[in-house]
Amino acid sequence: METAQLNLEPATDIPHDNRYYLNMGPQHPSTHGVLRVLLEMDGEYIINPQPVLGYGHRMHEKMAEHKNWMAFMPNTGRMDYAAALPYNHGYVALYERLCGIEVPERAEYIRVITSELNRLVSHHLWLGAFLLDLGAFTPILYTFIDREKVLDILEDITGSRLTYCYFRVGGVSKDIDDKFVERTREFIKYQRQRFDVYNKLVTGNIIFIKRAEGVGVISKDMALRYGVTGPVARGSGINYDVRKNEPYSVYSKFDFEIPLGQNGDSLDRYMVRLNEMEQSLRIIEQALDQLPEGPYLAKAPKKLKMPVGDSSFSVEAARGELTYYMISGGGDIPYRLKIRVPSYSNLSVLPELGQGILLSDLVTAMGSLDLVIPEIDR
Amino acid sequence: MPPELLRMIIAAVLVVAFVFLNAMILGYMERKVSAHIQRRPGLMEVGPHGVLQLIIDGLKLIGKQLVVPEGSNRFLFRLAPLLSFAPCVLPFVVIPFSKKLQIVSMDISLIFILAMTSINVIAILVAGWASNNKYSLFGTFRSVAQAVSYEIPMLLSLLSIILMTSTFSLQGIIAAQKYYWFILVQPLAFIIYFVSGLAETNRAPFDIPEAESELTAGFHTEYSGMGFSFFFLAEYANMFTVCSIATVLFLGGWKGIPLPLGDFTGIVWFLLKVYGLLFVMIWARWTYPRVRFDQLMSFCWKYLIPFALANLLITAVVVKLI
Repeated sequence: METAQLNLEPATDIPHDNRYYLNMGPQHPSTHGVLRVLLEMDGEYIINPQPVLGYGHRMHEKMAEHKNWMAFMPNTGRMDYAAALPYNHGYVALYERLCGIEVPERAEYIRVITSELNRLVSHHLWLGAFLLDLGAFTPILYTFIDREKVLDILEDITGSRLTYCYFRVGGVSKDIDDKFVERTREFIKYQRQRFDVYNKLVTGNIIFIKRAEGVGVISKDMALRYGVTGPVARGSGINYDVRKNEPYSVYSKFDFEIPLGQNGDSLDRYMVRLNEMEQSLRIIEQALDQLPEGPYLAKAPKKLKMPVGDSSFSVEAARGELTYYMISGGGDIPYRLKIRVPSYSNLSVLPELGQGILLSDLVTAMGSLDLVIPEIDR
Repeated sequence: MPPELLRMIIAAVLVVAFVFLNAMILGYMERKVSAHIQRRPGLMEVGPHGVLQLIIDGLKLIGKQLVVPEGSNRFLFRLAPLLSFAPCVLPFVVIPFSKKLQIVSMDISLIFILAMTSINVIAILVAGWASNNKYSLFGTFRSVAQAVSYEIPMLLSLLSIILMTSTFSLQGIIAAQKYYWFILVQPLAFIIYFVSGLAETNRAPFDIPEAESELTAGFHTEYSGMGFSFFFLAEYANMFTVCSIATVLFLGGWKGIPLPLGDFTGIVWFLLKVYGLLFVMIWARWTYPRVRFDQLMSFCWKYLIPFALANLLITAVVVKLI
């Protein structure tokens, strides 16, 4: 890539005699994927961080223009691999909305339960990786023990552990059974106890608090300007969650709260995500209690006849608002599919966020944004 | 061959052998302790419970190519690991493992050890500078600033013991702890010394020079094979030295309840205490997150040094009164 394309103008008016560039990535332990951040540094202070994208680009959107919905379905699980089910959800709901397909209620409940379990998995992964960025090696192995339990539950019904392809237009591919319900209930009980372990190991630790407090502050105004969503926006005190603001599926039937932060620093984002895990457990619990009987897959035609027009659908993915927008010219293959991924706008804060902070703080701030790079380079 | 020369050669061989053995024991201990802290079995493959894994690792490191990065200063790049390793071996000459088991009994043993351990900083400086890598240079800057700052509270905390015993001889200090260990009368000095020791040896939560998530591997990013393993050996040798000073000055050295082992009683107690302290070091590493660089420095200058000075002053007054 030509460096001339990047905005390398000095961002502040500090006189820099010893400015130099540091390449963080594409191979770096704390960029969590093939993200390259070009840092303009003055000593240990960062003057101007510029993310450089495109190392893992796979043209998912272009692929969608040549495939019918089922053929593209596995691709949706490969964008945000840490929480793939919301991606499944948004994609099938897009077709359901356009073609006017009714989804059985049981299927909607299954979708909510599995999506929330997937959110837990994602937050487990994030919690471990974030603390790894801060130099604590042990928590990731503790969260992975818990993550493994959820993955085992999900594996039983979806057939895969990471890149799910479980939802179908009109429902889900496999019904859940009593064993699943029982195991999930057991897991909820177990996970509630595990929060104590997390809090004892991490949240109360003075070194952790000193590292995360006041680091990487995203103000409310800044979050709105960059279109930041998800736990990052909620950490800045913006009360926006697609599950509450435009309830899709059966989310309106459950009683849960949207945890909010105040200062928008890394500690707030940490607390928001930790509380979100608790709220997810609440949603799953209620959904299991109310789980209706009935079919799990509507009788939808194998080959969809889409009307001419467009359709969009937003879901709350683990990292924020995920929107699919599709233009259909008739037939069963979309003319254009646009995917609005949360990590992309969350990353776009970085150049402003990283100005004048220390290298160690940039690592903390980036960790707290919870970026999944293949989702950005989709 | 004069007996003095023979004695020297035997001592040198023993010391180097012990340094290697110590690195192996500590390497195994670190991996096993961290595994159990993280609720996994850890080393299990080579030998019973993986005890031979470190030997295999050592052979692997010897067999590896030493890659010299382009644009680096070849001479300095190769010199740095040796420069780091050599002074770390020398303190073992004066460490009193038991009443008799001390290679050289110097009157200034403590000063000798402290002088030798400070040379390590120069090795790190050379390594980071010669690597021609910005991450290495970062690690070097941090390491030098850290080591220089943390030497002050370290020395101040040790001085309060010197004031009480009026000797620099390690055997003399152990002899002065006839009735009680100095940790009972100088708990603050012990804590300050141990925290500074963690920082001196670049151990977590003060492992900022090698901060993995920020600097990949700090000053030894570019080193492979034996170049890396010399730094590794030096780190573990340094840890042992720091903990043995703590044992001698605060925990009564080789003194302990007499065991039916004759002359070996001393060395058993000494190694037990040292490895106990080393266990605490490993325990801390696998439990805490890393502190930030500026927090580390302000912790040193705002808390450790004032407290160490106050402790020294109080000790001086009390010693004068008694």
